[in-house]
Amino acid sequence: MATVAMEQAKHVEQEALITGAEAIAVACKLADVDVVTAYPIRPYDTVVQYISQLVADGEMDCEYIAAEGEHSQFEIVKHASACGARVFCGSSGVGWMYAMECLTVTPSLRIPMVAMVGNRALDDPGAFGVEHNDALSVRDLGWNLIWVDSAQECIDTALLAYRIAEDRRMMVPIAISCDGSFLTHSQALVKIPTQEQVKQFLPPYDRGELLMHPDNLISIAPQCNEDWVMEIRRSNYEVAAHSLGVISECYAEFEKVFGRKIGNPFFEEYMTEDADYVLLGMGTLSTPAKVAIRRMRAEGKKVGFVRLRWFRPFPAEALAKCLRRFKAIGVVDRDYSLGSPYLSGVVATEIRTALYPGDGPKPPVLGFICGLGGREVLVPDIEKMAGYVSQAAAGKSVPLTQWIGLRE
Amino acid sequence: MSIFSEVKPAQKLEPFKGVKTIAHEEYFTSGHRTCQGCFSAQTMRLLAKAAGPRTIVLGSTGCMYVANTSYYTTPWGVPWMHTQLGSSGSAALGAAAAFKAQMRKGKIKDEPINVIAFCGDGGGADMGLGAISATMLHPAYNLLILMYDNETYANTDIQISGCSPYGANTSFSTPGKVKRIMNQRWKKNVAGLIAAGHPTVKYVGTAVSSEPMQAMNQIRKALSIGGPTFLHVLAPCPKGWDYDPILSSELGELAVKTGIFPLYEMVEGKLEYIGKTKLLVNGKLKRLPVRDYLLKQGRFSHFTDDDVEYFQTKVDEMWDKWLIPGVMPVLKDLEADVVPA
Repeated sequence: MATVAMEQAKHVEQEALITGAEAIAVACKLADVDVVTAYPIRPYDTVVQYISQLVADGEMDCEYIAAEGEHSQFEIVKHASACGARVFCGSSGVGWMYAMECLTVTPSLRIPMVAMVGNRALDDPGAFGVEHNDALSVRDLGWNLIWVDSAQECIDTALLAYRIAEDRRMMVPIAISCDGSFLTHSQALVKIPTQEQVKQFLPPYDRGELLMHPDNLISIAPQCNEDWVMEIRRSNYEVAAHSLGVISECYAEFEKVFGRKIGNPFFEEYMTEDADYVLLGMGTLSTPAKVAIRRMRAEGKKVGFVRLRWFRPFPAEALAKCLRRFKAIGVVDRDYSLGSPYLSGVVATEIRTALYPGDGPKPPVLGFICGLGGREVLVPDIEKMAGYVSQAAAGKSVPLTQWIGLRE
Repeated sequence: MSIFSEVKPAQKLEPFKGVKTIAHEEYFTSGHRTCQGCFSAQTMRLLAKAAGPRTIVLGSTGCMYVANTSYYTTPWGVPWMHTQLGSSGSAALGAAAAFKAQMRKGKIKDEPINVIAFCGDGGGADMGLGAISATMLHPAYNLLILMYDNETYANTDIQISGCSPYGANTSFSTPGKVKRIMNQRWKKNVAGLIAAGHPTVKYVGTAVSSEPMQAMNQIRKALSIGGPTFLHVLAPCPKGWDYDPILSSELGELAVKTGIFPLYEMVEGKLEYIGKTKLLVNGKLKRLPVRDYLLKQGRFSHFTDDDVEYFQTKVDEMWDKWLIPGVMPVLKDLEADVVPA
């Protein structure tokens, strides 16, 4: 009887109480990933610990390689992917930076690697907590970057990421950013799709004429100097230019196969319909933000929240169209960009850039830097930031960049 | 059970027996832009010829990337892919793992494929040593890492590497008015290091590209034996060593005959001296003075008699004092170091 029940369970979506990291591991199993590389760094390493257990228990069939550093971790999967294997890898903080050389070559080699970044503050000084500067460091290099905020979104996004990355129009890597601790180590109830659903959604990885195999006589990435580099960069540019469309298509297909509604793939709007002003941020900031928004709404304040998922490609037009509806915007950056325009965070600067072209309204954009090094962003912090944005919405002069939650 | 397990069968490449048995096909042909007399390119040619068609080659940055493999004029007749300077080990590991997983799962045809990654001495002995070492620990993957050693970063402008000989004049170690010897480091003993540190590796060897038949058969042996294997190939370099290109072959031979570069193989833990080195060890050939080798090259032209003498003393030590001559720099005195009862 038990066997029959288990057999049936394989065909029915299950629910499980798992962490964000575990959710990504389960997605790797469902996606039948062929090669996984591991190297210890908190908080990312929990995902490869889970994968190790899945391999040991015979639940996942892959080559599981504990590398001797992040540089090797990424080079191993890069070459494995070139040889036709579906791969998974990841890192955190300075580990991600240690792999930087390999991160730069992966997009130009058109490697559809899926990586998980357990966002972590860069050294020095050492800190385990979340900061987004690690993943953001590759923002100009052709990586697609997404921030998620729940374990459910982890598993869904990992499956989506393979589909999007391996689309013949894309063939570029995707990094899924999960806020260290707040998401990687926090359990939540997650709907686990069935293997059949995943098979239906995710076709086998087909590298086609780019495959590294004795049957396919090619030389990949020979030295080309000034003769051809510009054209090769342009091919990655073309990918970036049409990637918004491919992502939308894949999300629509996801909703069809898994029967779960995600809506706008690029950003989530929370209580924005009649909002006068909004806060915008990425990742698990949404948890205190949504609580604070509800509280402020109860007080009659017309405030909303926009959670940006895809940072690369940046959904500039759609986001600008959305944000022009409001009288003021406050961007909450869990990162720093020292010496940047108005000394703002990375996201605030991008939002201002997105709003600049065209004749539409250009609401003031305030930048807030907070929650660095894993410092918790509390509901009163959100309320404080919303207060500044409401002043800007009322036409008052407010500093363009402020640090919130800083010890006085 | 032996520690030398065969996890997945490798190709069985019989040794070439005489010139006439060598395949006519070349898998490394025209299209490269290397210098006249370049024995690193010669090594590539031997490598591809020895390995044959069911092969992929992963090349880390260095001469054999930059000068050797150019866009639209690739010389490679087997699939080839660039890998980063310090990544020959990781590249081979990733490719071998990809094939293994896909074959097991039935995603591609199950067949032995030669996975070869090459690196120069800069990519292998310096930057990539950690990754090569890590790769040598994985007996489940069949692969060969070939380090062609032209004893400098020859592509970037001839700069010292961990494999440059003591005292060599390079653009990072040019003799000056006060200091004559700028490179005070003795050449890194890479093959010995790989052999000593990775006891499950079934093949570690040294070769010289001036002995083409021997080198090809070493490559074939390494590819056939299974698991991760390592071959260190000395490759004379007219530009970096500063000599007439016609002398490449002669200098390769002299490096061996002077005892500076010993030729040996460690096959499943058993050491065997090979080629002219075997004759030196057996006493059938007298070791030539290092002077015969050094003074044919411009990179040593600033050497005084004392410098040559010092070089000779160090080479003599390799043969007279090392516990395993030319291979393992543990001094023989240790033999007498008996623990009291």
